[in-house]
Amino acid sequence: MSDQPLSIVPFLKVPESGDPYLEGFKCSECGAITLKPRMACAKCGGRDTWEPFKLSNKGTLHTFSIIYRAFPGIDVPFVSAIADLEGGGVVKTNMNGIEPDPEKITLGMDIEITYGIAPRKDAEGNEYMTYYITPA
Amino acid sequence: MGSEDVYITGIDMIKFGKFLDRSIASLGAEAALGALDDAQVTINDIEALYSGNLMMAAGMVGQQIQQEIGQTGIPVINVANACATGATALREGYIAIRAGLYDTVLAVGVEKLAGAGMLGGGGGAPKGIHPEGLLGSGSMPCVFAEAGMAHAKEYGTTFEQFAQISVKNHHHSTMNPKARYQIETPLEEVMGAEMISYPNTKLMCSANVDGSAACVLMSEKEMKRRGLQNQAVKIRASVLTTDPWTDRDEVMPDVNTCTRNAAKQAYEMAGVGPEDLDLVELHDCFATAEVLHYENLGLCGDGEAGKLIDERATWIGGKIPVNLSGGLLSKGHPIGATGIANQFELAMHLRGQAGKRQVEGAKIGLAHVIGLGTCCSIHILEGPSA
Repeated sequence: MSDQPLSIVPFLKVPESGDPYLEGFKCSECGAITLKPRMACAKCGGRDTWEPFKLSNKGTLHTFSIIYRAFPGIDVPFVSAIADLEGGGVVKTNMNGIEPDPEKITLGMDIEITYGIAPRKDAEGNEYMTYYITPA
Repeated sequence: MGSEDVYITGIDMIKFGKFLDRSIASLGAEAALGALDDAQVTINDIEALYSGNLMMAAGMVGQQIQQEIGQTGIPVINVANACATGATALREGYIAIRAGLYDTVLAVGVEKLAGAGMLGGGGGAPKGIHPEGLLGSGSMPCVFAEAGMAHAKEYGTTFEQFAQISVKNHHHSTMNPKARYQIETPLEEVMGAEMISYPNTKLMCSANVDGSAACVLMSEKEMKRRGLQNQAVKIRASVLTTDPWTDRDEVMPDVNTCTRNAAKQAYEMAGVGPEDLDLVELHDCFATAEVLHYENLGLCGDGEAGKLIDERATWIGGKIPVNLSGGLLSKGHPIGATGIANQFELAMHLRGQAGKRQVEGAKIGLAHVIGLGTCCSIHILEGPSA
């Protein structure tokens, strides 16, 4: 078991010092942005074109759903959301800092990416650093 | 590619339902035998079998069906392509005939899905921590809810408009004896049903059912040789696309672009436009999805789907009836069978055999499926009287 929180996904970076951040990759040929670099660029087929960069923590809410029926062991309700980030990149995660009520959530609203320890541990008891979409 | 047109000369589906005591092979075989009978041929006339099934893709389901209907030693092609599985199987048969390889083939789609529960996003964590409920939801109701809410962001589509889709399709299914359900669901019942993934309530999610559908495809010369002109439905277009790169599709499966691309190709191939369609069976896996596809298929302009719903244009008797079978929402969605069952619905209308829900004088119909992952298949069919 790790004594430091692990990263929930490879594109969430947890530096030894400093704040966690999300890392994207931009294709130097066509400008496509991905969270998961592929063998070749999925947009233009370019090879060895992925260049890592820090994704912005600011963006807007593209869409959401409020989940009331989930799989066993998952707490409901929760808001599943997708945000467009400033400067490019699209992320999906839970939305926090807002009531799970469609009347309270405005499509297109300004959001920020925030970070915290996930409320669940894995089977070995490891803690995970995760990221949220949060109203700005 | 050969120039000969391809016809559906026989087609059948079983009444969708829950068949705990029956094997997948027996379900597939029942539809297959029905299609052979409808085409007035036997298994000995079939030169190749295209079998669509998703959940048992490693199970050689096509051969299992052969063991029920006749093991004649012909090639069997087992196809899996998410919810486009049945349509892809049919299309492979179409391609083989167009290529001049065969004159008569059989396509079957079958699935046992009753009681499967919610799909997508579940399962055990492969390693580390499972992201479901931490990084949003990968469940199908959520994925299609998010797609619907993106439409709401753009055009102000309302929960009530999404819900009306389900009211309509459940109404249509009351006239389809082969649908899983024949139950009216008024608006307040749809909106008041258990919320699964806002804005999709339980009645706005497709029904997991067991089912099968099958059809016999023939080259034009074989169809004429057998004198089947009065029942042969011509395949005017057969298209399969995948999702091209779009900026959001890494986190948000894009069911729109692949449908738009497929529709464009299909209309070009058939030499018709959306205004020429008499009916449409489209992939209403969730009520939110149907709304998107009105625009993707060109049944209305971008941003006009809400208006189309308010005008009841897609109801029976409307300008362009959609999902007269009851759709996936009420007829049911046995994944591998869906892409042939929707063509069964078209064929019944085009042959004037759709009973109470018949579109009078229907000549051209369009069938659409989406397989998440992602792909889209569209077929445009023309009736014998056209």
